[in-house]
Amino acid sequence: MRYLPLTDTDRGDMLAKIGASSIDDLFVDVPQEARLDGPIHGLPMHASEMAVEAHMRRRSKKNLAAADAPFFLGAGAYRHHVPASVDHIIQRGEFLTAYTPYQPEIAQGTLQMLFEFQTQVARLYGCEVANASMYDGSTACWEAILMAGRVKKRNKAVLSGALHPHYTEVAKTMAKFIGYEIADAQPSIQPQPDNSGLIARIDDETSCVVVQYPDILGRIPDLAEIAEAAHAKGALLIAVNTEPVALGAIKSPGELGADIVVGEGQSIGVGLQFGGPYLGLFAVRDKKLVRQMPGRLCGETVDAEGKRGFVLTLSTREQHIRREKATSNICTNSGLCALAFSVHMSLLGEKGLRQLAAENHRLACLTADRLAQVPGVTVLNDNFFNEFAVTLGQDARQVVRDLAAKGVLAGVSLGRLYPDVDSLSDALVVATTETTSEEDIEALGAALEEALS
Amino acid sequence: MAATSEDGLHNGPATTTGNRALMLEEPLLFEIGHADETGVDLPEPAADAANRLGGFDRDTSIGLKGLHEPEAVRHYTRLSRQNYGIDLGLFPLGSCTMKHNPRLNEKVARMPGFADLHPMAPQSTAQGALQVIHELGEWLKTLTGMPGVAMSPKAGAHGELCGILAIRAALEARGDARKVVLCPESAHGTNPATAAFAGYEVEDIPATDEGRVDFEALKARLGPDIAAVMITNPNTCGLFERDFKKIADAVHEAGGFVYCDGANFNAIVGRVRPGDLGVDAMHINLHKTFSTPHGGGGPGSGPVVFSDALAPFAPLPFVKQEDDGTYYLVEEESREHRGPSFGRMTAFHGQMGMFTRALTYMLSHGADGLKQVSEDAVLNANYVLRSLEDLLHAPYADSGPCMHEALFGDAGFENGLSTLDLAKGLIDEGYHPMTVYFPLVVHGAMLVEPTETESKAALDQFITAFRSVAERAKAGDEGLKQAPYYAPRRRLDETLAARKPVLAWTEPDRD
Repeated sequence: MRYLPLTDTDRGDMLAKIGASSIDDLFVDVPQEARLDGPIHGLPMHASEMAVEAHMRRRSKKNLAAADAPFFLGAGAYRHHVPASVDHIIQRGEFLTAYTPYQPEIAQGTLQMLFEFQTQVARLYGCEVANASMYDGSTACWEAILMAGRVKKRNKAVLSGALHPHYTEVAKTMAKFIGYEIADAQPSIQPQPDNSGLIARIDDETSCVVVQYPDILGRIPDLAEIAEAAHAKGALLIAVNTEPVALGAIKSPGELGADIVVGEGQSIGVGLQFGGPYLGLFAVRDKKLVRQMPGRLCGETVDAEGKRGFVLTLSTREQHIRREKATSNICTNSGLCALAFSVHMSLLGEKGLRQLAAENHRLACLTADRLAQVPGVTVLNDNFFNEFAVTLGQDARQVVRDLAAKGVLAGVSLGRLYPDVDSLSDALVVATTETTSEEDIEALGAALEEALS
Repeated sequence: MAATSEDGLHNGPATTTGNRALMLEEPLLFEIGHADETGVDLPEPAADAANRLGGFDRDTSIGLKGLHEPEAVRHYTRLSRQNYGIDLGLFPLGSCTMKHNPRLNEKVARMPGFADLHPMAPQSTAQGALQVIHELGEWLKTLTGMPGVAMSPKAGAHGELCGILAIRAALEARGDARKVVLCPESAHGTNPATAAFAGYEVEDIPATDEGRVDFEALKARLGPDIAAVMITNPNTCGLFERDFKKIADAVHEAGGFVYCDGANFNAIVGRVRPGDLGVDAMHINLHKTFSTPHGGGGPGSGPVVFSDALAPFAPLPFVKQEDDGTYYLVEEESREHRGPSFGRMTAFHGQMGMFTRALTYMLSHGADGLKQVSEDAVLNANYVLRSLEDLLHAPYADSGPCMHEALFGDAGFENGLSTLDLAKGLIDEGYHPMTVYFPLVVHGAMLVEPTETESKAALDQFITAFRSVAERAKAGDEGLKQAPYYAPRRRLDETLAARKPVLAWTEPDRD
């Protein structure tokens, strides 16, 4: 077995040193009835590198990779070009195979990177402080709702109907067990998000209002108006962003008055990966809230010689110190995904991010214009960044399946996201990125023309 | 930035670069980057470009800095060289299980059909990925002897939450509003935090003198208010819980459930099936047992296996194999299949990139190799325990063989030297230190886990180094208090960092 360096001679010598006659002597505390002495039924024996690679390649080939089709899926995960150097750097063993930087003297690489990452995220979000990442956007969103409850000592969250329904589901799942009230709604298919309905639901018990920016239909809501209404009732505004590239083109949630900004960082550096690992981003506009934040934080300090260095800090909020009194049970973060994000963001810089955002928007405008020409298709949005909704006049789930059979990945149907809402069943969310070609746009337009005729 | 130190270790005047041969100093990205440069080739936006941003255009600077590709590669390569990873040497972190990360796993995870696949891709175009999730789940069920599995939890602690929520859902389904979860003193801090996050009160259960759960104390506390007991097995003292089956039977008899923290499954995989011990739910840290890399703090992945009683309550989404052999993802779109699931824990299906790595590792080892993994992990740990117990206080050395990790304490150190000093001294010997100050039940705890991917020669060298530092600590060598001397940084002031938090870079004042 190529990963196990002990030889049988070593094993014999080591057992002698221990004073054991056989390996079974080391499992003596396992009750006899729980020991598994024979083979494990149903599992194959070990296999060579070549054989395993071939086996897994067969599995991989059964999937239609995004690069191999005209591809328009978004709704919380986006396909962007990731520069080759990003994957090269995250595969350096000193990053890839390191543990949580609990021994800062020999983990300055990870720690300095996290400090730079926190700075990048805070600036992108228009906030003072970001943490060193969470599991993903949906769990970061729930942690933000919990944090708002701690800050405001209230336990009702008002969720926008246009929050990603999976994020809403996560919050509702977690909330029901701890008696946290989640006031949610369904999205209304309108060219502009309707803030008045959301604002009307904010009351004196509300800890926070949760709004996605841009929202699940790709619309850009007026956060400032909602922030004012939330603050007037003593509630926090949580802004959720699932497409960080958008923030290269539109105002940051922090500057519009959001108190906590969370999101999914997958777009920058991480890749689609069928849903994970992804990268939860989490920031607070006012650093005074930092001790209520969940997750890991990296801070600057000095060493015994006065040199600048970095450590994990404010850990008195964390589970390994506070146990059941901790701000969160989160232990792992997404360190390697944070590295990928940070490297990609460093390569982009301010100029590159703005150019990337402009190119995404340009292609989305082209796509919307092309689809508007398809008989039966109505483009919903007045405004959008790189993603918008269309209605098809028939069940969008079936249209997506039909187009997939022809090798066109058309978008995410709202019927899949909201299975219980009949009024949304003919809607499709279409996303473009810089990887979308004009040929892809034409292929989608032509395929929809054929499918809807 | 001055790179030279005054300690005489590398004398000479400061260099203009701040670096000296391979001793590297690296400024922050924000100090070397440019506001108006980029390392990515993208088209300049056209002046007359369409704009449908609704008037929300960003009109202020974000404050990001950019690097050209060569600068970026150098920046991060220099930073990487200030890091210790398992690729550099033995990484004996107890309870963390830092084993060799095979590069085949990385290669497989990057196959386009896995890496470039959208989570909401039509299911007909993702059959291979759904098959991988299903197959990995079947391996986990077989290896644990448990009939149900949930793949979506994103990390070990998220898996704990999944298990406890399934317990809560099962209790509520039978109209049983139990309020308390019992956690032994030696539990990971995540266990009580998880129980609290699921809305439970947490009570401690003491350990016996031999480092195991006190069965009598636990049994005395059982009753109609106890929802679950959370036990780590093998436990954080490095010992197998001999009474586990007895505990599980007693908990079940009292109407509660048994949660097993499976963080240490690495020690028993292929030799013990937790299902045979009466476990109702157990998470498995794929990175610990099945070698997915931990990347400086994550990602992890924490699938959970369930008993028959809890399996129906598993979270969405999950993968089913249909009679015709195709795979089907059960999500909200199919409420008729949903049953009593407690709901959704995360946006998508879990850590697919970790699943491909773990399944690759399992296929490489096979049933025979996985059994050898646990045997070698346990053998290596006992070898370390018996090679150091004459020198270091080993509080549970007489409690039986340790499993895959050996536990020591700091009794007998002179001159106020501590476990931390030994740890920092080990850095100067070229090793990442062991886990320190955990578990809390041992004073100055040192939890050493060599893992199965170390050779006897590597262990012997490590033991020699460890003995040498431990002898210095016992002799009261004051020099250890200043260690490390040969790391990129000397000892860092963690108190200052917490007292005056600086959590983001700001432009220095220019006046």
